[in-house]
Amino acid sequence: MALNDQSSNEAVLKAITANRLRDGEVIFLAPGPDLRWVERLDDAALFEDAATDAALAAAKAQAEGEQFAVDVYAFDLRVADGQRVPVKTRERIRALGPTVRIDLGKQAAA
Amino acid sequence: MPLIKDGRIVEDEWVAVADGEPVPADRPAIVTFERWQAERASFDGRNAALGVRVKSGTLAPAIAPDLDRFALVAIEFPKFRDGRGFSTARELRERYGYEGEIRAVGHVIPDQYRFLLRTGFTSAEAPENTNPESWAHALTEITVAFQPSLDDPQPLSLLRRRLGS
Amino acid sequence: MNHIAPGRNAGVYSYDDIDRRFVAERVEQFRAQVERRLSGELTEDEFKPLRLMNGLYLQLHAYMLRVAVPYGVLTSRQLRKLAEIGRKYDKGYGHFTTRQNLQFNWIKLEDTPAILHELAEVDMHALQTSGNCVRNVTTDQFVGAARDEVVDGRVYAEILRQWTTLHPEFTFLPRKFKIAIMGSDADRAAIRVHDVGVFAKRNERGEVGFTFYVGGGLGRSPFIGKLIRDWVPEEDFVAYLEAILRVYNQYGRRDNIYKARIKILVHELGQEKFTREVEEEFARLRGPKYRLAPEIVDEIRRRFGGPAFETLTDEPESFQAAKAANPDFARWVAVNVLAHKVPGYAAATISLKPAGGIPGDATSEQMELVADLADAHSFGELRVSHVQNLVLAHVRQDALFTLWTALEANGLGTPNAGLIGDIIACPGLDYCALANARSIPLAQAISARFADPARQQAIGELGIKISGCINACGHHHVGAIGILGVDKKGEEFYQITVGGDPTLTTAIGDILGPAVTADETVDAIEAIVEVYLSNRHDGERFIDTLKRVGHGPFKERVYAAH
Repeated sequence: MALNDQSSNEAVLKAITANRLRDGEVIFLAPGPDLRWVERLDDAALFEDAATDAALAAAKAQAEGEQFAVDVYAFDLRVADGQRVPVKTRERIRALGPTVRIDLGKQAAA
Repeated sequence: MPLIKDGRIVEDEWVAVADGEPVPADRPAIVTFERWQAERASFDGRNAALGVRVKSGTLAPAIAPDLDRFALVAIEFPKFRDGRGFSTARELRERYGYEGEIRAVGHVIPDQYRFLLRTGFTSAEAPENTNPESWAHALTEITVAFQPSLDDPQPLSLLRRRLGS
Repeated sequence: MNHIAPGRNAGVYSYDDIDRRFVAERVEQFRAQVERRLSGELTEDEFKPLRLMNGLYLQLHAYMLRVAVPYGVLTSRQLRKLAEIGRKYDKGYGHFTTRQNLQFNWIKLEDTPAILHELAEVDMHALQTSGNCVRNVTTDQFVGAARDEVVDGRVYAEILRQWTTLHPEFTFLPRKFKIAIMGSDADRAAIRVHDVGVFAKRNERGEVGFTFYVGGGLGRSPFIGKLIRDWVPEEDFVAYLEAILRVYNQYGRRDNIYKARIKILVHELGQEKFTREVEEEFARLRGPKYRLAPEIVDEIRRRFGGPAFETLTDEPESFQAAKAANPDFARWVAVNVLAHKVPGYAAATISLKPAGGIPGDATSEQMELVADLADAHSFGELRVSHVQNLVLAHVRQDALFTLWTALEANGLGTPNAGLIGDIIACPGLDYCALANARSIPLAQAISARFADPARQQAIGELGIKISGCINACGHHHVGAIGILGVDKKGEEFYQITVGGDPTLTTAIGDILGPAVTADETVDAIEAIVEVYLSNRHDGERFIDTLKRVGHGPFKERVYAAH
């Protein structure tokens, strides 16, 4: 089950991410039963730890089965003051873009 | 699994025999190299052709002494990325003068077909749902090579060669 | 501007119709592979090695395409095409790498066949810039220009490029395979940290032969290459390499990716047994089939042509006057310009390491400017160095001032070749899917701290090399100061090594002490430099002083506050 942000201050949640096959773009699994993918972390579904495995398996099956995405996996993030902040630097950089070129990547369009 | 020869799917006259199963006496059969080593005496006097299947870690020198007993050597690719078999086939041909069939078994993909032929393979076992067109296409898509090889490419200049198709 | 045709007389191997047909066929082959991947005929597991063999990686933000610059030499026309591709398919820039190649960071898989097609228009490709095959052969960035050159390594590097292209036996090796070749007694190509490092030399009769070092490498387990044969005659060059590769393909480990490089095989078999295996294989392979006949070498050499040098004298008056009148120019000459084998010429390094900049990055505009300058001043030919700079190898000394003025006006005149600001850095966690820590911000902070050119020159030769993970793409093991980024519970830390050396006196650096934060690392570098300067004897380089006084004083100062 996907959660909304307000219910989850401080707690570590998970989001599901991948790279889109045809262009490599970083994508995130969106909320809802139809297994849609979005390009911004703010629009991603968030999961409690226990619910992640089933969602991940479904997302993998869909994304890989349909040649839509590769490297599907879940990562940890925290929500503080409505901001979603991945725990690891790697995932922060994937969600935003290179720290040395803030004119490029998702952060540039923000 | 479909067998590819000369760029198309062909009938396989060989039967692969699992260890412990009886070896048919009346048709060409492939046994594992381990079984051959353990039961070699049992094949004395056999009339039908015998083939041997070697794992990727079994290199040409290990099978060389018995090569005259085998009408076929099947070299296993546990993963298509494990390229030892290319050296094994090449050594069987160039170093030991083997002239029987050399077959790639296990996991190989059409994109390797040309490499297989160039190192001395004659046939390849393809995955069950393989696209035969990809195998046929692999024979014509690249026409230039930069090394001498077993498929005897025609020299174009001093380093370059024309691949036949 | 007068655009010189590629190849002819520019000292760049010129393609003929056969070379062009091959590259065009390879592009179409990849186009079909991409289609088969998108249709699901190829799984990602099957497609990945195929795309890697065309230089295509999947990184953090997008695909990355690594374009081959064979042995680092290219024409102005080729550089202009790279600039155009950067603008059209990427984000207006590219990154020059430690294998003398160029990477684009924001590539779409679906655009790649079109990009490869455009590259083929200028006789370029991305073949074997990745994958478990023989990679782009690297050499001296001053090849064909250096005064100390004995043999022109380009000719043999090109022979290897051709020989290893789609090699039927050696395209699915246990792991990647990197070869470097040097044609002089000096080592500007880090020969002994390659899978195979080759010195081309001449015997007393003037014949060419090769010294082979095998099993060097950086990464998780750094090793210095072992000498396995001092003299391989020219005609056996290919046969000997075939023998090495066959032994590696058959016996190299495939059970553990971290133990799959040839360095581990050489280490586990031992130098003597490995050498014996190679020699036995070589004895079988030696013969007409693999013989590198002199006619082959001559034909390849002829296809390079060569710049039509004029008869000039060294240190012309106008050059001397410009140096006297302009201390900044004089400094750039002293630091970035190398003597040329032909009197009156010089080889100029164009630093891609401005203070606070991203090492190795160049915008499309900068590439076009350098292409124009190569046309105007260096026979339309230029080089990429393994320290991620560009080189105009054949500049008339009386044109150096004009060249410098144009570079300086466009942020490309930084006088720091070989100095502390000339930092090698891998892309690190800002781009790379394998990295544990960022490399570029640290390089920027260090080069900004040491921005003053006079201070850099006073410090002298000191190579800093930064890797964002243990794979060591930033060559940190052989940095006079090496920095390795590590991840400690989600935080970036940096481990400092000192005393590494990529030249003839190859050495792997020693760890100075516990890893520190990025900010502390910059301070630590400054402390190390201060200890060096206060201990240095006349004429000593950093590594000389380090060798003489040992790590103690450095360690003490760096960790004094801890």
